[in-house]
Amino acid sequence: MSAVLTADGGATGAKAPRSESTWLGAWRRFRSNRVGLWALIVLAGFGLLVALSALGWVAGDWQTEKGVANAPPTFMGPAQPQVASAAAAASGPLLDLSSVDPLAPRYREWTERAAKLETTEPHKVDTLPFGGDRLGRDVLAKAIKGAQISILVGVLAALVATLIGTVLGALAGFFGGKIGDALEWLYNVFTAIPSILLIFAFAAVAGRGVQSVVLILGLTGWTGIYRLIRAEFIKHAVRDYVRAAEAIGASAGARIFRHILPNVSHVMLVQLSILVVGFIKAEVILSYLGLGVSVDQVSWGTMLSEAQSELILGYWWQLVAATTFMAVFVTAFSLVTDAMRDALDPKLRGLE
Amino acid sequence: MLLSVENLRVAFRMGRENGQVRRVEAVGRGGVGIGFEVPENTTVALVGESGSGKSVTAMSIINLLPDNAERTGTITFEGRDLIHASGSELRRLRGRAIACVFQEPMTSLNPVFTVGRQITEPLVQHLKLSSRQALQKAEDLLNEVGLPEPKRRLAAYPHELSGGQQQRVMIAMALACEPRLLIADEPTTALDVTVQRQILELLARLKERHRMSMLFISHDLGVVGEIADHVVVMRQGLVREQGPVAGIFANPQDAYTKALLACRPTLGQRRPRLMVIDDHLAGTARADLTVVKDPAAPIVVEAHAVSKSFWIRRGVFGRTEFKAVKGASFSLRKGHTLGVVGESGSGKTTLGLALLRLHDPNGGPTGGRALFDGRDLLKLSSREMLPIRRRIQVVFQNPYASLNPRFTVAQTLVEPMTIHGVGRDGDDRLARATALLGRVGLDGSALNKYPHEFSGGQRQRIAIARCLTLDPEVLVLDEAVSALDVSVQAQVLNLLKDLQDELGLAYIFISHDLAVVRFMADEVLVMKDGAVVEQASTEDILDRPQQEYTRRLIGAIPRGYTGAAAAPT
Repeated sequence: MSAVLTADGGATGAKAPRSESTWLGAWRRFRSNRVGLWALIVLAGFGLLVALSALGWVAGDWQTEKGVANAPPTFMGPAQPQVASAAAAASGPLLDLSSVDPLAPRYREWTERAAKLETTEPHKVDTLPFGGDRLGRDVLAKAIKGAQISILVGVLAALVATLIGTVLGALAGFFGGKIGDALEWLYNVFTAIPSILLIFAFAAVAGRGVQSVVLILGLTGWTGIYRLIRAEFIKHAVRDYVRAAEAIGASAGARIFRHILPNVSHVMLVQLSILVVGFIKAEVILSYLGLGVSVDQVSWGTMLSEAQSELILGYWWQLVAATTFMAVFVTAFSLVTDAMRDALDPKLRGLE
Repeated sequence: MLLSVENLRVAFRMGRENGQVRRVEAVGRGGVGIGFEVPENTTVALVGESGSGKSVTAMSIINLLPDNAERTGTITFEGRDLIHASGSELRRLRGRAIACVFQEPMTSLNPVFTVGRQITEPLVQHLKLSSRQALQKAEDLLNEVGLPEPKRRLAAYPHELSGGQQQRVMIAMALACEPRLLIADEPTTALDVTVQRQILELLARLKERHRMSMLFISHDLGVVGEIADHVVVMRQGLVREQGPVAGIFANPQDAYTKALLACRPTLGQRRPRLMVIDDHLAGTARADLTVVKDPAAPIVVEAHAVSKSFWIRRGVFGRTEFKAVKGASFSLRKGHTLGVVGESGSGKTTLGLALLRLHDPNGGPTGGRALFDGRDLLKLSSREMLPIRRRIQVVFQNPYASLNPRFTVAQTLVEPMTIHGVGRDGDDRLARATALLGRVGLDGSALNKYPHEFSGGQRQRIAIARCLTLDPEVLVLDEAVSALDVSVQAQVLNLLKDLQDELGLAYIFISHDLAVVRFMADEVLVMKDGAVVEQASTEDILDRPQQEYTRRLIGAIPRGYTGAAAAPT
């Protein structure tokens, strides 16, 4: 280390190897995390399912009433036929009502007309793979179709909220002063109003539908992440590495997004995965209140709200199907964000 | 013998690898442990650079190590075995027979309790005093450690005290139960030189009065020479040499000890280059190239009465002005170095950052003029400042904080060139970055690594290389070597000198360490409470100080073992 100065330094040496980009490095670290990789595969599976159902290739017939009402899952076998104890036949002669029944003369005519019509009773199966709902619709198809809306709502709304929260938090934390004060006021207004009231207000303006649910949840859900990101930026804005970046002439935008943001990305990712779960549940509440998706659509949320009346009657399969799908998706999502956080932190390199 | 350590080895379990527990040896190497003894009423110093295992050794005595540490060997304190002692046995000893003082007083004191409450806690717990007796005793202790108005201080919170006062409180707490052994882990490293001197004198006095022993841990041979009776030199987990202080300083036997003594910049004489430990160990001394500086070199930066204030909020709307720098004037010539010295809070860093315009523009007003290339640095708009940024660069104190942890070295070095359009394209910039790395003593393989994979000295080299990417004319070095070990410090200082000679850089060298400033600077600015108290050439300041404050600052510098016949050369 003493021969510090050689006149030409390393210039004559072999050409420096191309620097590995941040994202490539992150992907390499991600790949070595087996749990994260499996979770990513599960997520990709969900993505494929959503895409296929959006194209109508899978579960396009979810509204068809395939089975008998509340058909149980296949492995349980067909439901026991309900044996209604018939009332004992009355004894004695039947009373002739024709003298008092004003419609009596037309009965014959109606019977003749009915004989001309042909009614076909479609064949309804006794059991369905995951059971059926009260109309006999396939629960599995419903859950797959429901995934489309729930995942779309949960992930998109979480992304919108994270984006708003991160950008505003970064600006407030980095600049402080008047900008910070103004954003703090905005934050205070949003948190001072009870959230359900706020959602109503937005819903009244935005109307009904998937896009408005995404918008409503995104616009009301950014406050928590805003606060956390702001605190991180206040902490990092005065760090030496940011000062050093200013000293080399990096603009404010470069300092915010290129220097500080990667260093606080873990906060963002953890919040994102929490928000996704929260928003999938929030969509349930909105749908229940009549502000969510319309009645001819299905989501995990509407399935859950149907399930509560079925549960009393012992029909548990719709609940299980919806929650299983939701649990698998949410777990995979948080594992992937966890792995992403680790992969983006170069300090953890080599420890896994 | 009060404390004896024999064949001590400490290893940390660091996860598993191929089914085997991976252990990292902190103290002892390859089955060979360390041993030393602390007699009664004696100060033993453990000296070494960071990573030498000195703190781990001290903390293993009362087992204040993390859970993944494994200790083997024997530690005997007054005939009791401390390795196999149970948790409750150790708790009875800690704070009572063996007390500790740590490096950072600010983080060692609990910020939400008053000083009085923290001092009385061990008194009530170990000595079973009533709270009234304990308060009285606490007041006596604060009086003894030289804190003015002890009664009032009892009700104070740690943040209301200065660093030196906090360390006095820590010492008072340590003394509360009359320990027989005081373990002081770098107790003065975070303090100013003048405060360090007071604390060292206090510790020596208290040791005499209470007839206790002290295990003093330090990286600074100057401090150790003044306070210790017996010195243990450690390197890489092993004891290299131990003996009485006079012997170690006058007649060191081990090559590493000799090198350590030789690498220290001293006040005594000025040399063109510092010895580097590796050179010394290898027995190769580099030829000193003396470059004579041109006293008529063109002036690069000329400052007239530069001042900088900060607004301090008072109440809801009110604010008062705090003058951090009160009128500093200097002129800096090409290829020369201006040293700025002073204690913490003297405004020396603020002066440097004001020239770089790295303060929040709404934080407070600036005054005076700082001419660079005919333009006033303090008045330029941020757009006009951008091309100037390229020509004035800064190296910060802490190399662990000044590099973006998420950037590879290549990204760190290429970014400034991209901003200022240096180099033709990406490949050209990367080639330049590689060349600069070579120039600061690192090779091209460093490009794809992240900052945390380097040691402190290497990181500081990277920070210097980042500045050099823009071919600056002025470098502001803000305590650039203060966080580094002695040997690394010498390397970085030599590097800075070489770069100056070769590229004609002008340095503004901000430091609290007069010995380092003597090595680097041509002219020195002494600052106190924001004002420049003395300004002269380095020789004049150090050999013929005019001001009382400067004399005090110079007098406070640890000089090592003064009984030694000759200062090490």
